[in-house]
Amino acid sequence: MNKQPDPAPVEPANVDLGRRHALQAGGLAIAFLWLGTGGTASAMISARRQAGDGAAAQADGNPSFAPNAFIRIDTSGKVRLVMPSAEMGQSIYTGCSMLLAEELGVGLDQITVEHSPPSDELYGIPLLGGQITGGSTSTRATWQVLREAGAVARSMLVSAAAAQWHVDPASCTVDRGTVHHVASGRSLGFGALATAAGKLPMPDKVQLTDPKDFKLIGKPMRRVDAVDKIKGATQFGIDVQVPGMKVATVMACPTFGGKLASLDDKAARALPGVIEVLRLDNAVAVVGEHFWAAKQGLHALNIHWDRGENANLTTQQLRDGLADAARHGKGIPARNDGDQPQGTLVQSEYRSPMLAHATMEPMNATVHVTPDQCEIWVGTQVPARAQQEAAKITGLPLDKVIVHNQYLGGGFGRRLETDWVEQAVAFAKQVPYPLKVVWTREEDIRHDRMRPMYHDVISAVVDADGKPVWYGYRTSGSSVLARFAPAAMGKDGMDSDAVECVAEIPYDIPKGKVEWIRHDMPTGLVTGWWRGVGPTHNLFVVESFIDELAHRAKQDPLAYRRALLQKSPRALGVLNLAAEKIGWGAQPLPARTGRGIAVAEPFGSHVCAIVEAEVTPQGEVRLRRVVVGIDVGIAVNTSSIEAQVQGGLIFGLSAAMYSGLSIKDGAIEQGNFNDYRVLRINESPLVEVHRVINAEPPGGLGEVGTAIAAPALANAIFAATGVRLYQLPVDRALLVQSPDALKSVAAASTDTGRVPA
Amino acid sequence: MLSLSVNGQSHALDVPDDMPLLWVLRDVIGLTGTKFGCGVAQCGACTVHLDGQPVRSCVLPVGAIGNRTITTIEAIGATPAGQKIQQAWLEVDVVQCGYCQSGQIMSAAALLQRTPNPSDADIDAAMSGNICRCGTYVRIRAAIKQAATGTPEILQTLVSAPQGAAP
Amino acid sequence: MIRLLIAIVLVVLLGAGAYVFLNRADTSDGTAPALAGAPVSSDVLARGEYLAKAADCTACHTVPGSGNAFAGGVPFKLPFGTIYSSNITADEANGIGSWSDDEFVRAVRNGVRNDGQHLYPAFPYTSYTQLSRSDVLAIKAYLFSLPKIAQANHENQLSFPFNQRWAMGFWNAVFFKSQRFQPDPGQTPQWNSGKYLAVALAHCDECHTPRNFAFAMKHGDELAGQELQGWRAYNITSDPVHGIGAWSDSDISNYLSRGHADGRGTAAGPMAEAVENSLRYLNPTDTAALVAYLRSVPARTGDAPVTVDAAAAPALASNNAAPGGDSANANDPGMKLFEGACASCHQWNGKGQQTPYASLLGTRGVNDVHGTNITQVILHGTDLRSLGANIFMPEFGDAYSDTEVAQLSNYVIGHFGNKQGTVTPDDVARRRKQL
Ligand code: FES
Ligand code: FES
Repeated sequence: MNKQPDPAPVEPANVDLGRRHALQAGGLAIAFLWLGTGGTASAMISARRQAGDGAAAQADGNPSFAPNAFIRIDTSGKVRLVMPSAEMGQSIYTGCSMLLAEELGVGLDQITVEHSPPSDELYGIPLLGGQITGGSTSTRATWQVLREAGAVARSMLVSAAAAQWHVDPASCTVDRGTVHHVASGRSLGFGALATAAGKLPMPDKVQLTDPKDFKLIGKPMRRVDAVDKIKGATQFGIDVQVPGMKVATVMACPTFGGKLASLDDKAARALPGVIEVLRLDNAVAVVGEHFWAAKQGLHALNIHWDRGENANLTTQQLRDGLADAARHGKGIPARNDGDQPQGTLVQSEYRSPMLAHATMEPMNATVHVTPDQCEIWVGTQVPARAQQEAAKITGLPLDKVIVHNQYLGGGFGRRLETDWVEQAVAFAKQVPYPLKVVWTREEDIRHDRMRPMYHDVISAVVDADGKPVWYGYRTSGSSVLARFAPAAMGKDGMDSDAVECVAEIPYDIPKGKVEWIRHDMPTGLVTGWWRGVGPTHNLFVVESFIDELAHRAKQDPLAYRRALLQKSPRALGVLNLAAEKIGWGAQPLPARTGRGIAVAEPFGSHVCAIVEAEVTPQGEVRLRRVVVGIDVGIAVNTSSIEAQVQGGLIFGLSAAMYSGLSIKDGAIEQGNFNDYRVLRINESPLVEVHRVINAEPPGGLGEVGTAIAAPALANAIFAATGVRLYQLPVDRALLVQSPDALKSVAAASTDTGRVPA
Repeated sequence: MLSLSVNGQSHALDVPDDMPLLWVLRDVIGLTGTKFGCGVAQCGACTVHLDGQPVRSCVLPVGAIGNRTITTIEAIGATPAGQKIQQAWLEVDVVQCGYCQSGQIMSAAALLQRTPNPSDADIDAAMSGNICRCGTYVRIRAAIKQAATGTPEILQTLVSAPQGAAP
Repeated sequence: MIRLLIAIVLVVLLGAGAYVFLNRADTSDGTAPALAGAPVSSDVLARGEYLAKAADCTACHTVPGSGNAFAGGVPFKLPFGTIYSSNITADEANGIGSWSDDEFVRAVRNGVRNDGQHLYPAFPYTSYTQLSRSDVLAIKAYLFSLPKIAQANHENQLSFPFNQRWAMGFWNAVFFKSQRFQPDPGQTPQWNSGKYLAVALAHCDECHTPRNFAFAMKHGDELAGQELQGWRAYNITSDPVHGIGAWSDSDISNYLSRGHADGRGTAAGPMAEAVENSLRYLNPTDTAALVAYLRSVPARTGDAPVTVDAAAAPALASNNAAPGGDSANANDPGMKLFEGACASCHQWNGKGQQTPYASLLGTRGVNDVHGTNITQVILHGTDLRSLGANIFMPEFGDAYSDTEVAQLSNYVIGHFGNKQGTVTPDDVARRRKQL
């Protein structure tokens, strides 16, 4: 990591990323730092830039006061805030609203929020090179700029009031949408000031609120989108209704890169409610009056696929290829501090599976293509990319493609892609009416852009005390970045995501050598971002291995880590906090129950999770409790920090416990929650989140819990059973205490196991 | 022609008998609060009440409903249990992406209706059929208890809504 | 020395004679009793189609979902290897397009192919032998009216000596009798029609009658139930406790035509296929005839008898959405699995929520302590299209461990059958391998 070029200077008004902080940007985000941000940065998110053209303003309802792309105030005093990021559950609408509202001087109860239209220029995040919500970057990227945007607006409103009252603006105060002049007892609402403020020039400099005076930031605030969400009133992409719309569902060739060979649609077309059967090279869609008709139609199709070159692909082939690459492939160095010192070499190999996102809302998009326009309603993390792709497919100019972003029923990185939007546009192009394309869950899982599979070889040279003096890491996997943003690939074709959280580690190990061996998947098998991305496997490996080293040194894993973290105060801080809160070592645990620690610095934050798990004699794992210590710097919304960490952990534990896609005869075998299993409430642990309070700039949050979950679980299982898991998901067969334990299953689970409470 | 009573309103519908209620609600009647998550009764996103009982509408053929009345998320706030649950959901700030939450609330309201003071085991029994990919389970559990007892739960950070909090 | 040789020759000759004698076929045409769904006088194709459905040719000769009707290729895992059904479309090269009427009749009724090779009794010629010649030819006419499909036959994978087709002659000599259906003049015409359906066409006994060590049906134990290909075909004798003697006529006919009888059970696995492909197409009069015949089958206990507790206490103490008034042991692993993946449909009281097909209470599946069929259903799911229903349950085998499936099975047996289940992870592992 020490070899990477310095990020080019960023506009100070935009993003404040110190070098140390930038290096910890993490995941999807850090990749783009390799690009440098000069040039493009100035064309992105800004506190002072306004939607230029009149059409946009009109679509916006011609608000009297719209000093920048985020704030619209009309004469009634109604405050609308336009959100630069997409809301997929991470509470960013609330966070952004808090930043804007804090400086603007309104309460969250006084605003309404709106999705932004696609525009890299207005809403692009330099850290990501565009209008992208991902990589746990939103708060980090908008933290300064949105506060400043709010302050700009407030300053203009205050100036308008001061001018009217002929007083010094500095003598005015703002509170809950009203400007006050205390000395004279006068006050005016934002609505009354909107027109006048709209005519004022933009201030060059604004004063941001001193953090000690924050009214909203740093408090646990209720989400701005909660009320609609509990009433079923929130419109997600799948809920869009456009007059004249028909509904389609699709089936794409089950193999990677296969094609449609022939299709007999007679029976399908004869079904009531079926309107049309559409074809693409590699997929078919049935259009119906409603989803049910479309689905029945799909079922009635007789499809023959040309299964293509991957017709015989299996998971094992992929695994073997990766293992071979990790062991023998030529690596691209991410770090090399010189020769491996003499001493005892310890080495382990770890494997991580392909994972699906399984967002709760299956992929969908509603598209209406007419000869001179393409309108798209979709929940996306990348509205501007969706717009560009649709323009390519329809041949329309970019400004004729209108994207209406929607609330996302989960993102997790899946909605950073546009594959399903492209497919929907290609189908919709064939019909005159608006077409809502909804994937079945089976389609959603089988045609996911899955988290890549990895094979990692980790090693260390340890001294006589069992302390590592050198570490080595060889990771092999496909590159998401190379496809997603080829220009962001680093020196020598390095994918920074591949070595995130391992090229730099918080532990004081003097030297190391970290290499990435690029091993692409067969054509057609497309891998993608997944909540936590690179760190999800790197941390599983590093933190499992640190535990191995501690065990080898016959030391308590907490004490062992503490000794190695003396130079990383923030990591040590969260470790100590979590250990204290769970009461590490205070009381003996029941039989086959263990606690596992994982500590790391992903996404610019510092986190330690301690999982307490019980393993039954039959090998079933029961998650009892998780305690997390987290340091994200300044907290914007402390409530959503807790929620994000809890949710992220459960997402990560879910994957570690159960998930892994497998391929047989060239096709993904899993299809729905019966075979792509996820944690349910009765399997989920209690998750306590404790925060280190400081005034550091905010770190990323959305993926932190996910990235830290698996190693903490694996270490807990080791503590409970003495079995080290080198592969995910947890193979419960390895955890069986004895063959006799299995025989007892029959006797053990006699009902009426109903024991009075 | 089939007649369905949804949220107190009766609808005359020309749909096949074997069409699942979910799609009748969403694509024919236009009530989109009830969600599609799996279509195989595994996720609970499509939960509605049939005469007050929670059912998975994605596998419930409309032809089998008869005279029973349907209540969806759009109207559950009008029942005492639904109202309490929704209030607790706000106070604990349960939702994340929100997609599963219609189903969660419908299952929770049915639970509270039946068991005014549910234990953890009761919550497991009633709520385990509802998947949340965002992982809101910790707060769901807290909110159900809060709805039952009226006392704020320990794990909850939103002790009170500071001035200016969203309503 | 010479004497010894003569003796050997004699023995061989006698053996050969016996082989031929015992393999001799009944050459009579036979007559079929009246079937309401297949009027004799109407066109032969319609009759052939009805008979082909009643005989469930599809189940074995069409790979589900392939769209290649009667092109064969369905695998059958038997204790001694895997055999594949053959292409019976009129395709000359791969199917039976070149077969004469006599050759077809001989194959169906005597299990001998047009090239003289013996068929394995997985093909139920042991039942079809009772069919009348005109019925067999009606089926042939129907098959020949369908599209020819050029799909090559799959090699069987049988170990020695089971791969020696000629040896089937010995099996036939011992266990098989070529013989037409003989109406019993002492019984009603309805009963005779029912028997013809049961024993000749629908070949109920092929699955429901226990087999001996040599895979032959145990006579004297007809329809008393057995385990086959990992599924239990239940006792369907008139035994009121272990069979279907206590079922009402409409219970039985509903089960046959719809795959479900309230409080009795829902067809799954091979029986679901029989309903879907065959039984649901029976004319109601014919279904009634079949019921009348089944009622007359002597009561037998059979092996591994299942006793149904239709009022299992734990289930009765539960309501649709919550386990019983007494609080359940929240840590029972089987119960935890049930509440997550199963309760949404089956309900804690076992009544079935969205559809009565999901009801469990009173079924033999949950009362079989070996959990044979519930294990299979959990592992592989079900898919049943019958009269008025399109019912499925997803398969859980992929994501749930053997231990979990065993725990869940035992919980279900305990909760809904009020018995202690005996399913072990090993049982599950074994059943996983079966089709
Ligand atoms: S959509 Fe009905 S349970 Fe998932
Ligand atoms: S809140 Fe997103 S799935 Fe539950």
